[in-house]
Amino acid sequence: MKSRDLANTLAIFKREFLSYFNSPVLYVIVVIYLLASMGFAFFFGRFLESDNASLTQSFFFWHPWIYIVLAPAVGMRMWSEEHRLGTIELLMTMPLSPWQAIIGKFVAAALVWAIGLALTFSIVITVCWLGDPDPGPMVTGYVASYLYALGCLAVTSAASAYTRSQVVCFIVSVALCILLTLIGYPGIVDTVVRTVPDSLESVVRFVSYLSFMDHFYEMSKGIFVIRDVLYFVSVIIVGLVVTDMGLRSKRA
Amino acid sequence: MIQVQNLRKVFGSKVAVDDVSFTVEKGQVLGFLGPNGAGKSTSMRMVTGYFRPTAGSISIGGVNMLEEPELAKRSIGYLPENAPLYSDMTVASFLGFCAEMRGLNGAAKSKAIDRVLDLCFLHKVRNQSVDTLSKGYRHRTCFAQSIIHDPDVLILDEPTDGLDPNQKHEIRGMIKRMGQSKAIIFSTHILEEVEAACTRAIIIDRGKVIADGTPDQLKKLVPGCHTMDEVFRSITRSDLEK
Repeated sequence: MKSRDLANTLAIFKREFLSYFNSPVLYVIVVIYLLASMGFAFFFGRFLESDNASLTQSFFFWHPWIYIVLAPAVGMRMWSEEHRLGTIELLMTMPLSPWQAIIGKFVAAALVWAIGLALTFSIVITVCWLGDPDPGPMVTGYVASYLYALGCLAVTSAASAYTRSQVVCFIVSVALCILLTLIGYPGIVDTVVRTVPDSLESVVRFVSYLSFMDHFYEMSKGIFVIRDVLYFVSVIIVGLVVTDMGLRSKRA
Repeated sequence: MIQVQNLRKVFGSKVAVDDVSFTVEKGQVLGFLGPNGAGKSTSMRMVTGYFRPTAGSISIGGVNMLEEPELAKRSIGYLPENAPLYSDMTVASFLGFCAEMRGLNGAAKSKAIDRVLDLCFLHKVRNQSVDTLSKGYRHRTCFAQSIIHDPDVLILDEPTDGLDPNQKHEIRGMIKRMGQSKAIIFSTHILEEVEAACTRAIIIDRGKVIADGTPDQLKKLVPGCHTMDEVFRSITRSDLEK
């Protein structure tokens, strides 16, 4: 049984992955991603002027804002397209468990992002050429950045299970990603903490602890804490469980 | 092969299928008749394991669909209504994907693809994108998908809908030929199709089975009626009525 489960997941993954490359959307998104991540690093992040051989402030700092928009753009077709075409009916009457399909599709989207992220290698070369960077924060920065993208993709996967419209899925996912980012944004959290009574501070801190930003921020500075990785892993698991619930509710 | 007992499906407050029971053995072709919205598609979606019934039991080749869905689904081939396809694939790659999902790989996979391309006359469009196919080809591609693993049970939801007379004739012939060795259920609005291809037919109206028998028996069901068409119209209610 085990090998068959894996074979099903692989078949779904393969179809899904190839279909990304058959669609112009992917290329557009990857190009925008590269332009945005480099543009932010050089113009807003003052990568060259800051005279600092690190990528934390200039490069990784901007990634969450890019992912908020672009990860849903990659993931929005995941399940809504199946609903729209009616192929969900084919898929769910084939001998596989919904989980094999959910994981296969998620891994395909995740690999697409891995390729996008890998294509930013030029900035690593630049920083190594110009300075003598500490490799630690660079590695954790990339891991944090990738986990952030996967978190956004898991949110998108969940949203796409509930709707046949890619536009609705995109807007809902972007809104959720913005929410999950802003509730932990240091500036906003500090302001809220200053205005609420002291008794509520722990509540605000707890809510901010649930946000993507809180965990991304620490990691991108080079502090690799297993807790933060586990946080993103649980976000992914929750996203995929909600996806499963969405698919079930459509078939109820 | 197919045993369905007391099947019931409720959507909110609407009863879509109410206490439907039937069995289909190997070598039988069961026609599913009924007006639009009678519950034909809903019943088929439950038999194929897409919808979960509110009550009742489904057994495919002795395997309970509700308890072991993955095992039961292996012996079913299913053509959903409107023949859905992945629009970004070619015919051959789509069939390849379906073969892989059915556990066929390597030589077995390419043999299965060639077999269904032959059976459904799809060789000409083999490498064409699904997006650009005409309706007849789309239908046949989805039909090819349903027989790629040579299943014992075939469930076809309006297999001839939207086809031209030649294509209808071809599909009917195919159903009849395959009906000799498989258990087949197909739904249709076209009554002459039932006479041409079915060994038995069930008429469903508003979720309930209102007639069950061979096409000849059905024709004699209502005194004074001589054709399937007359019988159908006298025992089912049109949705134009209040």
